[in-house]
Amino acid sequence: MDRKSFLRAASSPKKEENLAIIAPPPNGGLGEYKGAWTENEVIHLLKRTMFGAKKADIDYFKTRTFLQSVDEILNPTVALPDPPVKEYITPTNTTNSDANIVQGAPWILDPNTDGTVNFLRRQSFKKWWMGVMVGQDRSILEKMTLFWHNHFATETNVISNAQFIYKHHLLLRSSALGNFKALTKAVTIDPAMLVYLNGEDNSNKAPDENYGRELQELFCCGKGPDSLYTEEDVRASAQVLTGWRNDALNISSKFVESRHDITNKKFSAFYSNTVIQGQTGPNGGEKELDAMLDMIFATQEVAKYLCRRIYRWFVYYDIDDVVESTIITPMADIFRANNYEVKPVLNALLKSEHFFDILAKGCQIKSPVDLVVGLVREFDVSFPPVSDYNSYYGFCNFLVSATANLQQSIGDPPDVSGWKAYYQAPQFYEIWITSDTLPKRNQFTDTMIQNGYTFSGKKMVIDAAAFILQLPNPGDPNKLIDDLLKIIYRIDISAASKTQLKVDILLGGQSSDYYWTDAWNTYLTNPGNTSNTNTVKNRLRDLFRYFMNLSEYQLA
Amino acid sequence: MMKRRDFLRNTIPAGVVIPSLVGGFSFKAFSADSAIMQSLLLPVTETDHVFVIIQLNGGNDGLNMVVPIENFNNYVNARQNIYIPENRVLPLNGKAGLHPAMNGLHQLYKEGQLKVVQSVGYPQPSYSHFRATDIWMSASDSNKEVNTGWAGRYLNYEYPNYPNGYPNATMTDPLAIQIGSSTSLTLQGPAVSMGMSISNTSNFYNLINGIQDPAPATPAGKELTYIRTIASQTQQYATVIKDAALKTVQQVSYPTNNSLGDQLKIVARLIKGGLKTRIYMVNYGGFDTHSAQVNTTDTTSGSHAKLLQNVSDAIKAFQDDLKFLGVDDRVLGMTFSEFGRRIKSNGSMGTDHGSAAPLFVFGKSVMGGVLGETPIIPSNATVNDNLPFQYDFRSIYATVLSNWLCVNEADLQQIMLKNFQMLPLVNAGGCQKPINMSGELLISNYPNPFSGSTVISFKTDGGHTLVQIMDASGKVIANLTDKEYTAGTYSVVFESGLLPAGVYYARLQNMATQQVRAMIKVK
Repeated sequence: MDRKSFLRAASSPKKEENLAIIAPPPNGGLGEYKGAWTENEVIHLLKRTMFGAKKADIDYFKTRTFLQSVDEILNPTVALPDPPVKEYITPTNTTNSDANIVQGAPWILDPNTDGTVNFLRRQSFKKWWMGVMVGQDRSILEKMTLFWHNHFATETNVISNAQFIYKHHLLLRSSALGNFKALTKAVTIDPAMLVYLNGEDNSNKAPDENYGRELQELFCCGKGPDSLYTEEDVRASAQVLTGWRNDALNISSKFVESRHDITNKKFSAFYSNTVIQGQTGPNGGEKELDAMLDMIFATQEVAKYLCRRIYRWFVYYDIDDVVESTIITPMADIFRANNYEVKPVLNALLKSEHFFDILAKGCQIKSPVDLVVGLVREFDVSFPPVSDYNSYYGFCNFLVSATANLQQSIGDPPDVSGWKAYYQAPQFYEIWITSDTLPKRNQFTDTMIQNGYTFSGKKMVIDAAAFILQLPNPGDPNKLIDDLLKIIYRIDISAASKTQLKVDILLGGQSSDYYWTDAWNTYLTNPGNTSNTNTVKNRLRDLFRYFMNLSEYQLA
Repeated sequence: MMKRRDFLRNTIPAGVVIPSLVGGFSFKAFSADSAIMQSLLLPVTETDHVFVIIQLNGGNDGLNMVVPIENFNNYVNARQNIYIPENRVLPLNGKAGLHPAMNGLHQLYKEGQLKVVQSVGYPQPSYSHFRATDIWMSASDSNKEVNTGWAGRYLNYEYPNYPNGYPNATMTDPLAIQIGSSTSLTLQGPAVSMGMSISNTSNFYNLINGIQDPAPATPAGKELTYIRTIASQTQQYATVIKDAALKTVQQVSYPTNNSLGDQLKIVARLIKGGLKTRIYMVNYGGFDTHSAQVNTTDTTSGSHAKLLQNVSDAIKAFQDDLKFLGVDDRVLGMTFSEFGRRIKSNGSMGTDHGSAAPLFVFGKSVMGGVLGETPIIPSNATVNDNLPFQYDFRSIYATVLSNWLCVNEADLQQIMLKNFQMLPLVNAGGCQKPINMSGELLISNYPNPFSGSTVISFKTDGGHTLVQIMDASGKVIANLTDKEYTAGTYSVVFESGLLPAGVYYARLQNMATQQVRAMIKVK
């Protein structure tokens, strides 16, 4: 990977000047939240830990206690999803056709070296992943899987081999709520990562420092003021990591002793001047790797760095001295005390008074994936079953391209640093919103509420009438707007605005609420009355479109 | 990354209490200097005519607005508790008179700038606000569903490539502007809304004065402010509207506490400011006068009188302003309401939903006077009696399109979905012009009109591409193609088979891009 472009970008932060608001960061420490557990808190928890707050999920967690709810969010029970299938048509001119795989059958066990086939499979993988996110269970699993993808960022178009990509993804997914240190070890010798950061080229004769550097700078220690690893440490870590090669046929990596540097590796004072003894034998590489990870994870900085990343993923980007000392430091203590198990840290954060502080609500700008998947889930947009793989993947493809269009291409972050929104000071999340992407966000939401997306004769579109049927009192235009906004917004709009929208849109300029109530009731009792049904649906369409076009909709 | 001007939204939800401007559809527009666009920029003969639509929400009581003098006794008999005394009405042609609160319009009438069209309606009227409004806006038959608006279809005919490639050198401005939170069905085109809206008058002034809505002093408020800032930067139409508004420095005074006047004042300001926008739509509510529409002591006063006075004062001030600004040659306006009210008044000093009613067409260019007979009122009107219509409302649209907005005779049917009678409302003058083909043409068909089949050509950027045929109601009739393409231009054939003659639409969907082409099938 060429990191030059990343470094350049990092040195030229752009900041909008006209922000008058001085916003204090959220209050409260890591102590357990003792406040009310109402719809408002449920929605906050759901929007942060899942994609969108689905009405059924809100209702579900309202019947649980606060502690039960967080426990459930943190303990997914869902099995691994079925693997991606061949939904593409293999061209006839490939050097290595996979015509042997029938349409609709998995391709993950079929090795293939053809560039076109791998391209098609990478697309297939992305569509599949999108589908898994859309169909997520009631847990934090998908947000954490994406978190790790952002953290251990790789690009499918660099890795190329679709089987490696899928295997890498399964590693992140299966370890999403597991042990960070174990995951770091697995990622280090993961075939996809060995390709992406040139680990497979790293040998005693020609050391390649790429992975050794990122292991410290991006994956473990970060670039904080207390992260004091040196260039010598980068070189030494590269020596430790020599000898790993890929085995495409078996979709795995292997240690090649003859390529391993067996000299002793000396590290700096940051690592207590540790010397890792050169090891011989078939397990030499792994022994040295273990020793090096023990050394790295013995520093105080690793836990702090990862806790900052978790904080920016789930709470807010602004980490000032107070947040550092009252949130990050105790989180890091928990992390170390639990031998780098991720779950206890998330448990402390998500149950904290800080997480539920009024100032912590609504301050995330939705990532493109949050916007796109959140919209589909929140409005319960109907999706064909996986068994109808042609339509299913077609719909997923539209969503993948929508997120990519908004500058978050799953599987292909901009570089090894992941998406800028999670590290680039001072703008962070605001980087998602530009004069290029904001109109595209509106275009996406407009499409989803208006014409929808048609593929293979099936249409994916928000059914606003079905959505409001879930609300307690959709026949009352005031309550309808209140209840809708409670779910889709985190910042309320003024009563005057609501009244105007009610009159202009739901009442069509009439002054009496009765006219909406009457139309809605007629729709319920006589949906076959097409003119009334159109009236209801068109008004809801306009109302939803309007709300999704307001800036408030971009917050979570 | 694409340049900022490559994108355009016709919604402007920037930094005010609620979005100052919102619109039908946000879309991607291609740079005006792209090669394909340059090749499509054709010289356009501009008609500078503007049409202003005033919607009176709620169902205006036409019988108390244009009082029948000819059948006065029957009128009094039907409306004993609310009738307007004969000696108080403002005389028109001796057969009918205006409500005494409408001095301003009476003045325009005397100057030949007001046309009163009697008994406008349509067969099998609907008495539902929503449905009747949709009928008026879509110009459909009352038993047919049409999901596009008549002005939207006109603008789609006038600017067939919109929104792809807009704004551009030949059309820098919104095609239509509405004041209200959402663009109405009137402005809905076959694919996208052809208009944009300014949610209310105070937001208009916030926009041109750069006033930002306060956001809470919280992290969420900080991010909200940031997004609003970017939003305001992406609203190109906000800039042209603001620029146009700032060019008009002086206007005549408008009546105070009159929201219709406030809206029309903005319209006059934008017209004078040079916007090429063709259609403006404003609305004024409160006409659903089921009870207490008059004061018991004096039936010429009360809530309905106040509404009519405001309408009259607002339109009069607007006409005066247009004249003062020197643009009155360019502007024609009309009022409409979704229905009139029942002949017989009810026991609560009000009137229930009715059918046909008079409407006004106004402007320097109208052929003034009263069109049509004074409605005949039965001698003993019952609650079941309604006024029959004399003129189909679509005749008024068709006349305006043909004689004011200069639509070619041959294309009129495509917009209006069938043929309608022309009325003596306005003289045709200086019309005939080519269609504005600026923007990017993505889908077209030949021949058009067609009888059996027509070849549809479309341009895709690659990826999944869909071409479907819809009828006038928006129902999908056929998907002609629905698959992956590499970028390029392709064609498919539409075999219309036994489908009836009429208007059909070919819709292209290529990932986030779409465009719709109107086609007409003839026998």
